[in-house]
Amino acid sequence: MVKYILKRLGVSILILLGVSLILYTLLRCMPTDFVEQKILALTTGGAEVQKEMEEKLYAAYGLNGTILEGYWTWLTNIMRLEFGTSFINGREVLSELFSADRLGTSFIVAAIATVFEFLIAIPLGITAATHQYSLRDYLVTVLVLIGISLPSFFFGQILKNIFAIKLDWFPVSGLKDAGVTYATAGEAMLDYLHHMCLPVFTVVILSIGGRMRMTRTNMLEVLNSDYIRTARAKGLKEHKVIYKHAFRNTMIPLVTGLAGLIPSLFSGAMITESVFDLPGIGSYALKAMTQGDIPVIMTYNMFLATLSVLGVLMADLMYGIVDPRVKLS
Amino acid sequence: MELNEEFKTELEEYTDAETEVISAEDTETPLDKNVRLLSPTRMVLRRFFRSKLSVVGLIMLASLFLFCWAGPLFYTRWSKTDSDRSGAIEYSIEEVKDENGEILFIQVLATNTGVNMLAKPSADHLLGTDEQGMDIFTRLMYGGRLSLSISFLAVFLTASLGIILGGIAGYYGGLVDNIIMRICDVLMCLPTLPLMLIIGTVLDSNGVSQDYYIYLLMGLLSLFSWTGMARLVRGQILYLREQEYMVAAEAMGYSTARRIFKHLIPNILPQILVSMTMSLGSMILYESTLSYLGLGVRVPFPSWGTMIEIISKRTDILQNHFNVWGPSGICIIIAVLGFNFIGDGLRDALDPKQRR
Repeated sequence: MVKYILKRLGVSILILLGVSLILYTLLRCMPTDFVEQKILALTTGGAEVQKEMEEKLYAAYGLNGTILEGYWTWLTNIMRLEFGTSFINGREVLSELFSADRLGTSFIVAAIATVFEFLIAIPLGITAATHQYSLRDYLVTVLVLIGISLPSFFFGQILKNIFAIKLDWFPVSGLKDAGVTYATAGEAMLDYLHHMCLPVFTVVILSIGGRMRMTRTNMLEVLNSDYIRTARAKGLKEHKVIYKHAFRNTMIPLVTGLAGLIPSLFSGAMITESVFDLPGIGSYALKAMTQGDIPVIMTYNMFLATLSVLGVLMADLMYGIVDPRVKLS
Repeated sequence: MELNEEFKTELEEYTDAETEVISAEDTETPLDKNVRLLSPTRMVLRRFFRSKLSVVGLIMLASLFLFCWAGPLFYTRWSKTDSDRSGAIEYSIEEVKDENGEILFIQVLATNTGVNMLAKPSADHLLGTDEQGMDIFTRLMYGGRLSLSISFLAVFLTASLGIILGGIAGYYGGLVDNIIMRICDVLMCLPTLPLMLIIGTVLDSNGVSQDYYIYLLMGLLSLFSWTGMARLVRGQILYLREQEYMVAAEAMGYSTARRIFKHLIPNILPQILVSMTMSLGSMILYESTLSYLGLGVRVPFPSWGTMIEIISKRTDILQNHFNVWGPSGICIIIAVLGFNFIGDGLRDALDPKQRR
């Protein structure tokens, strides 16, 4: 087991190296004068200061050499845990990107949304499977497919328009109203949650579909298996057959899916966050990406890649733990 | 005879599509002469059309395609980037008072804004005009052409790359397989949306012309997104290669090409088709998201995403002019939903384990 994990971790590092090389090469395809312009627009002071600053930045990111040289510079910097400073506001990328506020906001939104997603999608998937081809199945399927088909920005804006602007039930944007002080921590917490309602709702509606379809397919597969027929033949109550015999076996992919959720918990919902102006990691990265802020883009995407590598590894490990038929080797 | 009758009804209900009872009234001929085996294709088609959802999906997409491609031929009043310059006249009424607060005169200002922008739906403009005075109904049709054809192009490219590379990896195995699969592992870790944003910014900063910008973007995207298809094809081939009929085909001395095209591909085709249909929907979503972020198709060129973009900048349009951004959003939903319905129906119809 330990050997397996170590081997997988080794492979993961190779994968991450490949990912970083691709990302770096892509980013270096931006013409240098574009980057220069970005830097110039941000640095204040005389021409000398600018020149000096620019050279410093160039050296720091290896922008003045060839792509491979630059990549090497970047890599050695990463090894020393130096992730550089943002082109846009000159602050440390690490503390900027992973501050408790930013990562915390994204994480809380994603965590609440995930809980609701599971709570809603799993029962829906089970009823759809047990009543296959009935009106109920069709209704659930159509509804969740509509959910999948919604463009996040469109749905988010509609929710914002109706519930925040027209009805004024929820705040329009942000995480906190300007100039508000809270008497107690509980009050602050409640207000935060109030601000998060619409984004969470958006994320839940968009993600229910996938989970529900997965549950339904798995449940159908299990319901068609021999041991379910045996259970029924024994004369067990339908309730018991479904919840005791069938559902437990549908749990396998659900639990492993849980491990696969790690990336989405921390990566932040880019579009949703930017629609509702939530100061999360996703909206920040989105801004950086449209502005060509290389250090932030590199760090954020490597973060995502690391998460997804870890997610796959965790899912495989979970499989080995949950399903006794699977042996890891 | 009664048994025969009973068996027949059961046949119709159960074994479903594999057989077809030629004539139900004819109870004289023995049953095995009275039923006809259906070809697999007919079987699949029959199952497909039996599902109401897939038919609804087909109708939705067919009407969208008709609307986008045939529509502009009949509705030629406005072209896709024409601004309506007839102008709306705006009035403002102001009371001019003297020091004592008495009204001296009432000033009525009439300004001709030149461009008839943000017009309400009328006979002139079926869905009104946008903030630049362009006819929304017309742009909806042209935008649909772009959005739909781009997603078809992207899916086609992605699928071809995936099928070829996955096929090579699965069929030849060994070192080639190893290399391709490791590349897959790396590419799968690249997050799609950020990647598209980066490519968009890179293309943007290199000053790529608007005429083929979005095509280039989606083309580059398919270089990174073929991994799912490749894995699917490879897995299927690895499984099918071990089947008896493949061994038989080899023993018969068939050429490699014949084995691949005649025996392998037809067996993988169902999964490929389902996966392609599903990704058509997600491609439309990606394209519209990019356009919404200002990195896809740019104004004045219309695409469904571009037409929604404006609300991220102007809340007044978000609040008061649903006719500007709503229709394109609804079109996106119809298209994606249609592809999802069809994909779902296809998957059920193509699944040999299905009993309906």
